Amino acid sequence: MLVGKIVGTVVATCKDEKLIGKKLLVVRIVDPETGSPAGYQVSVDTVRAGVGETVLIVGGSSARMAAGLEDHPVDSAIVGIVDTIDIAQKNTKGIG
Amino acid sequence: MRLATVVGTVTSTVKDPSLDGHKLLLIRPIDHQGKFKEPIFVAVDSIGAGIGERVFYVANKEGSYPWYPELVSSDCAIIGIMDPQNFDRTVQ
Repeated sequence: MLVGKIVGTVVATCKDEKLIGKKLLVVRIVDPETGSPAGYQVSVDTVRAGVGETVLIVGGSSARMAAGLEDHPVDSAIVGIVDTIDIAQKNTKGIG
Repeated sequence: MRLATVVGTVTSTVKDPSLDGHKLLLIRPIDHQGKFKEPIFVAVDSIGAGIGERVFYVANKEGSYPWYPELVSSDCAIIGIMDPQNFDRTVQ
């Protein structure tokens, strides 16, 4: 599961009928540790998230298990709004 | 299945109902010597792992199977804690 920040919305009139009524958001994937961007993707919102919020994204076929997305043509879903991220070990040299 | 180290936690109040009660941990994949090069990401804990422990996890669709037949919206699940004595750092 990835952490991302919502940066925009997608409006599509012509789309799969199962996507009608679903909110499509543009999410910038970020590294939770450094905050550096790692690409963008379109995700279906299931938690009423909005632009500017940090969210939790589930990908692949597990995205279809989010509430309301059963049997939908979806491979990326927003399943949580992140409150806090706590990182205990910030070393980058390896701990082995 | 891959090895990782638990490095942190994520809290989320508003989330999918299937994730209620599940612990969200930040993990970093490691190699056989415990070194890491890849960025960290979020995994759902299924066995009670904690920060600093070496674990192994399953990704993608299989990441929801620890709770089967309950359908949990997870694409990465921690499914085991590695015993420290089984970690041979001398092998290159």
